[in-house]
Amino acid sequence: MKKALIGRKIGMTQFIKEDGTVVPVTACELGPCVVVQKKTEEKDGYSALKLGFVDQKESRLTKPIAADLKKKNISPKKYFAEVGDFDKELQVGSELNCTIFNEDETVQVTGVSKGHGFAGVIKRYGFGGGRTTHGSHFHRAPGSIGACAYPSEVWRGKKMPGRFGNKNVTVKNLKIVKIIAEKNIVLISGAIPGTRNSLIKVAEK
Amino acid sequence: MDLLQAIENEIKPVDRAVDFEVGDTVRVHYRIVEGNRERIQVFEGIVIAIDNKGLSKTFTVRKISFEVGVERIFPVFSPRIAKVETVRKGKARRSKLYFLRERKGKSAKLKERRFMSSKSAEAKSAAKVEEAPKADVAPEAQAE
Repeated sequence: MKKALIGRKIGMTQFIKEDGTVVPVTACELGPCVVVQKKTEEKDGYSALKLGFVDQKESRLTKPIAADLKKKNISPKKYFAEVGDFDKELQVGSELNCTIFNEDETVQVTGVSKGHGFAGVIKRYGFGGGRTTHGSHFHRAPGSIGACAYPSEVWRGKKMPGRFGNKNVTVKNLKIVKIIAEKNIVLISGAIPGTRNSLIKVAEK
Repeated sequence: MDLLQAIENEIKPVDRAVDFEVGDTVRVHYRIVEGNRERIQVFEGIVIAIDNKGLSKTFTVRKISFEVGVERIFPVFSPRIAKVETVRKGKARRSKLYFLRERKGKSAKLKERRFMSSKSAEAKSAAKVEEAPKADVAPEAQAE
């Protein structure tokens, strides 16, 4: 199983290497996460770790979750997410932080992309659109959506206007550029999905 | 954003103060690696822009080389910059001197501002120990 952690996106900046080259990076706060539950093959049908992230007031939790955490002696958490059961040694209540990753390691990041609402085909799929001037009446419309007698229908999956973004997106093959362990900060090369402060999942490739 | 700023401060490879202004003529000593040999190349020209972008702060230097205008953008916090010397102070009334791009010859010059050469500034700073923060700038830049 691939090791993984949940965290929060902070924002983008640049990283200047020793030789002067500049790398675009996204700063993320990864962990500390607490193992809240271990799902097992026998009991749940699959094995996984449920992680908790970010402390919060107990009154903000629902009573079943609060009671469950209290029983396991874990401080109240804001976010929960499941990751693969990557380390059999881990017990309920054990803490994980960003030091499980190494610098220069390749990772993949999953997050919810920025929502763009109901968007047209130019924004959503990068269609070219038509001329704005010179008497053109064709501006941002999608144009023809198919032929006539054959196929007598619109093909499934035709790119059309609709809700854009706000979906789970995974970006693969990103490099960890730097780890600042004492602040739980990890700098990952390139852009990652989501807004600032949005929840992300970082997993080993 | 504050957390991001704190991170930027932490990963800053060199802490360098910008002791020149837009309009000044500077000599940028830039380290160039050829194979495993390192040498220093000097780029001299007028600073036409300083872009304050946190860790990504840059300045643009323009010079005329064989009658062709050449501009180079340097990251302020690049470890490749050995030092930046101020040769001449220029009088500029705006923060971006992009109008110099359309000018040639004498009209592309800026009026000079009276200023102390870096040598006499150093001598003065040695005399005035109390004004340490400002005076530190010149020797530090040379040490890099």
